[in-house]
Amino acid sequence: MSSRDSKRSADLLGRLLGPAEPEVSCDECFEQLDRYVEIERDGRDAEAAIPGMRAHLEGCPACHEDHDSLVALLASDAASPES
Amino acid sequence: MPETSFSPAGRGADGESLEWLAALSAAGHRREDAIERLHALLLRAARFEVARRRRAVGVALDPGEVDDLATQAADDALMAVMRKLPTFRGDSRFTTWAYKFALLEAAVKVRRRAWQGREVALEDDGWARLADRAASPHEDAQTAELLGAVGRAIAEALTPHQRAVLTALTLDDVPIDVLAERLATTRGALYKTLHDARRKLRARLAEEGLEPGRATAGGTR
Repeated sequence: MSSRDSKRSADLLGRLLGPAEPEVSCDECFEQLDRYVEIERDGRDAEAAIPGMRAHLEGCPACHEDHDSLVALLASDAASPES
Repeated sequence: MPETSFSPAGRGADGESLEWLAALSAAGHRREDAIERLHALLLRAARFEVARRRRAVGVALDPGEVDDLATQAADDALMAVMRKLPTFRGDSRFTTWAYKFALLEAAVKVRRRAWQGREVALEDDGWARLADRAASPHEDAQTAELLGAVGRAIAEALTPHQRAVLTALTLDDVPIDVLAERLATTRGALYKTLHDARRKLRARLAEEGLEPGRATAGGTR
């Protein structure tokens, strides 16, 4: 079995089974997203501050994309603060 | 909107955030100016997200459509921000808090636009493809056993609705917002169905003495 096949199977099982840890809901994720991302940007332990958020971001791709976009937008702001 | 005195209940808003809150809850020109600045901020965030999402989902949009989607997203986000303003706790900067509304609106609109005109077939037997995969000579014995067990668990432990939602979201890669729109429900309600289904699958695997590794941690697309 090639490493590519192995990764595809792991990805498939991951999508089917989701995270093993307790996770927040989509609504709680949206509620806390801004705070979570700022804690991450400050280099502090975001998972300790908001338990279950990281597991949800692993299990829910839509919320994961919202998270990544907010991180990217804030990084863009920081790179060109006058815009 | 009546003038309100805001005192966010969170960690304490920074000065710039307090200024946004004061201006948006003021009267007359000060409020109108703040709303205009807020809309410009949300429009920039929406444009940013439309550009990101269209690349990610590979949807072809002409410049006019990009502008339309971003403007609609900014308009909807502005309404959401103004409606939710009393709930702002100051746990982040006001602009970070406001951005998330624009990003959400823009992402949902692009995902739905990408699936416009495409059928979403809800099938509760799509999981049967797992059996084919488990039987594939490309799978090692342990993975094949796990895939086979997951397939059986889907067949035996889940309700037809849970099977259909799980199949659409995890095997057919239907975005959750698109499925929510087609089923006239919400992202949160669908994810709850998915979450409950996943818990049942994990419980069934545990009963069989199977323990999926950390490598399987992941989500739908």
